[in-house]
Amino acid sequence: MKVARAAAAQSATAPGPIDVEAVRRDFPILAREVNGKPLCYLDNAASSQRPRQVIDAISRYYETSHANVHRGVHRLSQEATDLFEGARETLRRFVNARSTREIVFVRGTTEAINLVAQSHARPRLQPGDEIVISWLEHHANIVPWQMVCEQTGARLRVIPITQSGEVDFEAFLGLLGERTRLLALAHVSNALGTVVPVDRFIREARRRAIPVLLDGAQAAPHMPVDVQALDCDFYCFSGHKMCGPTGIGVLYGRESLLAAMPPWQGGGDMILAVSFERTVYNELPYKFEAGTPHIAGAVGLGAAVDYLQALGLGRIAAAEHDLLDYATERLREVQGLTVVGTAPEKAAVVSFTVAGVHPHDLGTILDHEGVAIRTGHHCAMPVMDFYGVPATARASFAFYNTRAEVDRLVEALQVAREMLA
Amino acid sequence: MDLKDLYRDVIVDHNRSPRNFRPMPDAHRHAEGFNPLCGDRLVLYVKLDGERISDVSFQGSGCAISVASASLLTESVKGRTVAEAEQLFTRMHELLTRDDAATDPAALGKLAALSGVREFPARVKCASLCWHTLDAALHREAAPVSTE
Repeated sequence: MKVARAAAAQSATAPGPIDVEAVRRDFPILAREVNGKPLCYLDNAASSQRPRQVIDAISRYYETSHANVHRGVHRLSQEATDLFEGARETLRRFVNARSTREIVFVRGTTEAINLVAQSHARPRLQPGDEIVISWLEHHANIVPWQMVCEQTGARLRVIPITQSGEVDFEAFLGLLGERTRLLALAHVSNALGTVVPVDRFIREARRRAIPVLLDGAQAAPHMPVDVQALDCDFYCFSGHKMCGPTGIGVLYGRESLLAAMPPWQGGGDMILAVSFERTVYNELPYKFEAGTPHIAGAVGLGAAVDYLQALGLGRIAAAEHDLLDYATERLREVQGLTVVGTAPEKAAVVSFTVAGVHPHDLGTILDHEGVAIRTGHHCAMPVMDFYGVPATARASFAFYNTRAEVDRLVEALQVAREMLA
Repeated sequence: MDLKDLYRDVIVDHNRSPRNFRPMPDAHRHAEGFNPLCGDRLVLYVKLDGERISDVSFQGSGCAISVASASLLTESVKGRTVAEAEQLFTRMHELLTRDDAATDPAALGKLAALSGVREFPARVKCASLCWHTLDAALHREAAPVSTE
């Protein structure tokens, strides 16, 4: 697979910051207009946009190499298999897993967490056992655990957060006990942008032999992730938030745990031999990939990783941090604006409210100015309840955003205030 | 498409100073409406004098469209019969959702200020929430009304 060509012109080893104008030319959608104004896309925490390199990789796959994988002896099936498994190796390197046996392709973070809940947790949980999550979690890291608790009689324990939006470490220590069977934690909060210092939490959990799952949906696109250094047991992330296709994501699982888990779904590809008396399941990771996988999605995700790594995750993080600092400062100029979530370590997400203007109205007025932000509860209703707000507005930045776009956000907010406040 | 078609002066005014925005401890009927997408929540209270709506009020929080729509609703249905209120609901539904709406905006009075919502499909639910809630209150539906 060809590595991101345009981005290669400014590779990770290139000195200095990312050339944002060059990067923007890689993203065809950034050239479009909304309501007669250039698109200002600040909803990256919901879903990022895709560079030409990813779109081309998917098209090329369908135009030249598509067939079903792991099945035929014919040429196309072999090519498709090579591309699909090549993408798995790319993803393995991306998170530094020990082996591709630990890289399971799934639909996204949500499916990854459900897989672990049903296949790892459910068979092990006894009534009275406990699963620990935090108040920051996205619904995808709450509901699957509630479901498994209902199925097994286990209990969900929730680590409180502080007013700044940090997970309360002392309270966490108090929640760990004899019956704790799993810790499931966001790496980065989607609603507030808090970067959770997961190392400390993992260390305490591992010391007590409690497996740890990290929801990395908001972290993987924005910072280097090393599952061996993190020493977590499961790490889940989605392709569409990191410049890849929708409908594809990854579950990293520690091999010893994956090996001990029963399959998640049954069907083709996840078996070695089937008779009506007995079925022998396939080896890892195929045991968890029943049916024809999202081959083009995996190929596209591999291309997205190539693209991000050509730019360099460190440089991406630096560019986004610059935008976060600039936005946080400029938003102070908007009268009545309150930033929700002020942890010292944040990803490039700013959640806020504006006195006298409901977030939903902000969303409509900003859209009219060509500025796309998310408004609502961000699939984190407990976080909204914690701050006593029904909803917030959220601007989330990617490395292809500019300071000029932050300026446009601020100007659009002033328009909204004049209109409604 | 102009934003001023959505946020008309009447709507901005009713959002800033909602009318009949109060609890009603002696209401004969009440119902709760919730729009999970944007978190709009409101409770609608109705007092009946036979078939006539003698008083109506609401409480809650929501976007400008939902608050203004509820405020306008209370002004429009007070003093009307239940049947008349239901007829208004049907007309409002048409006004909000149908381009070819046969409804004469003049027949809707101030409610016609909401006609711009039609151009903003994502916001139609905000404007219709209070009407669905009124409908539930009049029909004594116990479960909260949701737009989803």
